Order: sequence, then C-alpha cells, then structure tokens
Amino acid sequence: MLNRLFSGDLPRSRMLTLLLIAIVAGLALVPFIFPGAKAINVAAKICVFIVLVASFDLLLGYTGIVSFAHTMFFGIGAYGVSIALTRMGPTWAAVAAGIAAALAMSLVLSLLIGLFSLRVKAIFYAMITLAVASAFQTFASQMSEITGGEDGLSFKVPELLRHGFALSDQPFLGVSLDGKLISYYLLFAVSVVLFLLMLRIVNSPFGRVLQAIRENDFRAEALGYRTVVYRTLSNVLSAGFATLAGVLLALWLRYNGPDTSLSFEIMIDILLMVVIGGMGTMYGAVVGATLFVIAQNYLQDLMKLASDAANGIPLLSNLVHPDRWLLWLGILFVVSVYRFPTGIVGKLRAKVLGKP
Amino acid sequence: MNSATAGSPVMDALPSVKADRLPLLLVPVLALVALPLMGSLSTWVTLTVAGLAMGMIIFIIASGLTLVFGLMDVLNFGHGVFIALGAYLAMSVLGTMTGWTASEHLLLNLLAALPAMLVAMIVAGGVGLAFERVIIRPVYGQHLKQIMITMGGMIVGEELIKVIWGAQTIPLPLPAAFRGALLLGDAAVEKYRLIAVVIGLAVFAAMFWVLSRTKVGLLIRAGVQDREMVESLGYRIRRLFVGVFVAGSALAGLGGVMWGLYQQNLTPQMGSQVNVLIFIVIIIGGLGSVGGCFIGALLVGLLANYTGFLVPKVALFSNILLMVIVLLWRPQGIYPVAKR
Repeated sequence: MLNRLFSGDLPRSRMLTLLLIAIVAGLALVPFIFPGAKAINVAAKICVFIVLVASFDLLLGYTGIVSFAHTMFFGIGAYGVSIALTRMGPTWAAVAAGIAAALAMSLVLSLLIGLFSLRVKAIFYAMITLAVASAFQTFASQMSEITGGEDGLSFKVPELLRHGFALSDQPFLGVSLDGKLISYYLLFAVSVVLFLLMLRIVNSPFGRVLQAIRENDFRAEALGYRTVVYRTLSNVLSAGFATLAGVLLALWLRYNGPDTSLSFEIMIDILLMVVIGGMGTMYGAVVGATLFVIAQNYLQDLMKLASDAANGIPLLSNLVHPDRWLLWLGILFVVSVYRFPTGIVGKLRAKVLGKP
Repeated sequence: MNSATAGSPVMDALPSVKADRLPLLLVPVLALVALPLMGSLSTWVTLTVAGLAMGMIIFIIASGLTLVFGLMDVLNFGHGVFIALGAYLAMSVLGTMTGWTASEHLLLNLLAALPAMLVAMIVAGGVGLAFERVIIRPVYGQHLKQIMITMGGMIVGEELIKVIWGAQTIPLPLPAAFRGALLLGDAAVEKYRLIAVVIGLAVFAAMFWVLSRTKVGLLIRAGVQDREMVESLGYRIRRLFVGVFVAGSALAGLGGVMWGLYQQNLTPQMGSQVNVLIFIVIIIGGLGSVGGCFIGALLVGLLANYTGFLVPKVALFSNILLMVIVLLWRPQGIYPVAKR
C-alpha cells in the first residue's frame, strides 16, 4: 500500500525518512502547532514551492534540461486565476476557467519552445528560455489593462476560502475554523496529490526513458526512443505542474504581480532549491524547498543578530547584513554543485549505500 | 572568371573558400528599410547613431563571451558580473576625480575617463582569471554543471557588489564634455554615442587585427573550429583559453563602463539584465563567431532604437523576434563557426 502510494520510490534512508516525516507532519499541523500569520504563510509557501521545485526537477534532474523559463509557467498559472477571478467575480467557475486557460496557454507555449529549441544543445536551450522568459516578464508588465502591470492584481477568492468565512463558531483545538484554515488545507492536499502524481510519473517507464536521456541521449536514441518527443513531453508536463503551482500561490495570496510569480529572482531560488535539496530525486524538492523557504524567512532574523553583534566592523557587518542572506545561500549552492552534486537527499542515500 | 574555369592545377587542388558576404548586407538593409518609415531624415540619423552606439557597446561585452564558448565550449552565465563590476569600478574611479569630470574641457574629461576604463578592464580581467580558476575549471565538459555553477557565481558576485557598493541605484553622470548633442544638419546626435561608436569600432578593428593577422589569433580561430587538431599540433589550448577568458572579462568590464555611462545609473542587477541581450546577440551571430557577433549586436541595437521610436510596445520583443527570424533563416546563427 505504502509502496504503491510512493510508486515504489521510497526514501531508502532512515535519516531521510525521519526528515520527510518531520516536514510533512510539520506542514500538516502548522495551524495547530505554530499559531500566528507568519508561520502559516511560510508553510503555504513551502507547499507551493515543493510542487514548483519538483516540477523543475522533472526537467532538470530527471531529463537533464536546463530551462530558465520555469517561472514563466508559474506566472501563467498565477495570472490565469488572478485574471479570471478579477474579471468573472469570485466564483468556482472562474477558478476553473482560469486554470483551464492557464494550462492551455502553458501547454501551447511549452510545446512551441520545446519543438523550436529542444533539438539543439542544452546550452542553447538555456539561453533561449532565458530570453523568452525575460520577454514574457516585460510583456506581462506592459499589458497593464489585463495584468495590472507592475502593481499586479488583488482579487476576491470564492467565499469558502475567504478569511471572513467561518465553518463553525466553535474553535477546534484552539484554532478557529475559518476560510484561511480551509484554504491552507486545500492547498496542502492539492500539493500532496500533485507531488505523488509527479513521483508516479518519474517512476513510470516514461520516467525511466527520461533518465536514460539524461544519462546518454545518444544511446537512448539508438535504443529506439525518439528523444525529441520525450524531451518535449517532459517539458510540457513540467510546465503544466508549474502552472498548477502558480494557481495555488495566487489563490493563497489573493494577489498576483510580476514580483511574486514571474521575476528572475524566483527562478534563481528554484534552481538553488533543486540543487541544494538534490537533483534527480523528487524528495530533494521537498527538502530543498523547505530548507530554503525557512532560511529565506528566518535566516534573516538570525543574521540580524549577527549583524548587530558585528556592528562597527566595516566589511563584516555588511557581509552578515540581513539583506545579504542570498550571498550565503549562493555560496552554499556553488559548494554543493562541486562537493555534493546529488544534494542533501543524495548524500543521505549514499550513506545507506556505503554501509555494506 | 572565364579564364579561371579552364583551370590551373593549383586552383583545382584547393578551391578558394567562398566568402559568405550576404549577412554583411543585413545592417545597411535594415537601416535603409527603416528610412522611409521614419518620416524625416534627421530622426533617422539620430536613431541610427543611437542604435549603432548601443550595438557597439553590446558587441564589446559579447565578443569575449562568444570566443570563450567557441574555444572551450564553456558558456559563462556569470558574464554579467563583469559588466556590473566594470561599471561600479568606473563610478568609484570617476568619483575621485570630480574636478576633472566636471570641467568642460574635453581633454581633462578623457584623462579622467581613461583611467576609469583601464581600472575597470584590469580588475575585471583579474577577477576573470580567478573566476576561471575557481568556478569554471573544475567543471569542464559538463554543461549542466557549467550552467549552474556560473549562475551561482553570478548570484554570489551580484551579492558581493551589493556588499561593497550597496544595493541602491547609484547615478553615474557623464563627464561634462560628453554631455549634450552635436547638430548634423537638423539631426541631433548625442556626443557620447559618437564616442561609443568610435570606441566600439576601435575595439572591433583591434580584435579583427589580432584574430586575422597574428599567430595568436590564428590559433584562436583554429581552436574554435577544431580544438583537438590544434592540440595535436602541440599547442596548449588551455593557456590560450585562459588568455581569451581574461581578455573577454576585461572587455566586459570596459563594456560595463560604457553601458553604465550610457544608462547613467547603476544597479547591481544591471549585469543580469544585459546578459539576456548578450545571449540573444551571440545566438544570432552564431556561437563562436566574432563577425557574426558584431553584425548581431548592430542589428539588435538598431532594431531596438527603430522600434522604440515607431512602435514602443513592440520594442520590448524586437530582440526575440529578430532572433526567431534569424534562426529560421540560419538555424545555427549567422556564421556557424563552432562545429559542435
């Protein structure tokens, strides 16, 4: 049963299992363990990014394609729902229409980009996606009548998810059963389903072909697999999951703008999460996203302490300034590409394999 | 021609390579097509000079990158750091010489700008040397890692720039004599753009001379075409590569100074913004080709200025559009040099 749920791809390391259980349990119980708006927001962000990073890992870790257009699809999802809810009012029909339109657009775009440039080398693809993504970002902020431009869109979500909505007047275990709680658990459940679905995909025969292409595309082609077709499919699938992650983010924030879903900074964040967590394994996405988002939100507080301590020392106080948290994660990223290219998850699994 | 077809044996043995001159026409054709759309000649002159200036600056930055790729199959996504580094260094150097930059005297201005550019080039080259050794050398031949590691280098570099100079936007005023415009008939041409065109042409000429008239240049061109062959003839292509990488970084530093003066303000993210433009240019030009890079840069610069005047909304995508059209025409770029 459990084996089937995880598609036969169990964590295979006691440490990793414990870590994953801790993360999932933490995310599931956040509203009850950590009261307060910040904790639940961080948890929601972690859920969204687990899906997003896992979908990027499908492309980077499993197929071996570097794309810098992943935030574009993330943004399409977020914008699709935002625009639909702004235009059609806060109904579930609007949500469905937004998702359908966003998925269709992502599908067409990823197919086009894939067919246009996946025939060529990895580097070419990376450059072209970078260019397309930056063009799309300007496009989104230019079409301000529809997308709200740089200001973005604030909109109302269906009533069930609104903060004002109350399921019952009685608080349950000290937590009020309001729309926020419902939204969070909806988000959590959808994330889990999407994640398990991706785990299913990468462990299917199709996923094996993707890994074969990553390891040696020439050989995969020689075995009779049309690598272009598989690469394009992988691209389309990963774009689709990224779109759904964008939908989740927009529904949670009830706001969407270029900086929250489209910016290049997010693309870099995703890259860091995948590599630090571990490429080529879906669990890496869970570990990487959790670690990164927590660092993003709490490392700054820690660095503020260090910065206050180092106050007066000219360069050092700048180095540990709270705004420079990305510097340290960047260094961690570079080191991890060299020292443990399989990331945290790979490291933990290797320990098990090392033992006879 | 007719007499040649009769054929001397030498001609038969080694047919001369037919020079591919068609792409050379692209730039003048684009400029001429734009002429009737502009309405007036003076606007056209202004925009053309602006486009050429922008193209020249982009070329200075991109030329090193394309050679590095052609020679060693290394694509440096961190190239943008050198641009930002050069610009910030120039700002610091020019900041210490306000007396000279504020004076209206052209000579004093040049005396101030020259050390700024030199410092930017030397430091960017030095950092490039370190970058090659620390970041790139361990991941030769592994494309995926290369892309990620150079991207990581860029993140760290950008953050370090923020540590040193701060994250805010810093104005970089032009030296006094570079400001303002010259009048050519009715057309107003900004002085700085002329200077940029002159410097760009000088860099192109120098590069062209080195590549086609010196032994080092010969080796570089041969290495771009076929690295293993050059190695088997006994040349150490690695050393050559380090030299090209350092030179490319130094040129990016110089280009950064000029780009900073062109934009007149600096942000730590300027490097990654220009990066996108450069990638488009070297894809258009054909990876590894300096000539293609030159044509690509001029096309991008001109088109950006023309469309910016005619249809501002399209201007933001003009580069992508150009890239798609060129790739449909020649899928490997204008001049496919690297046979990989």
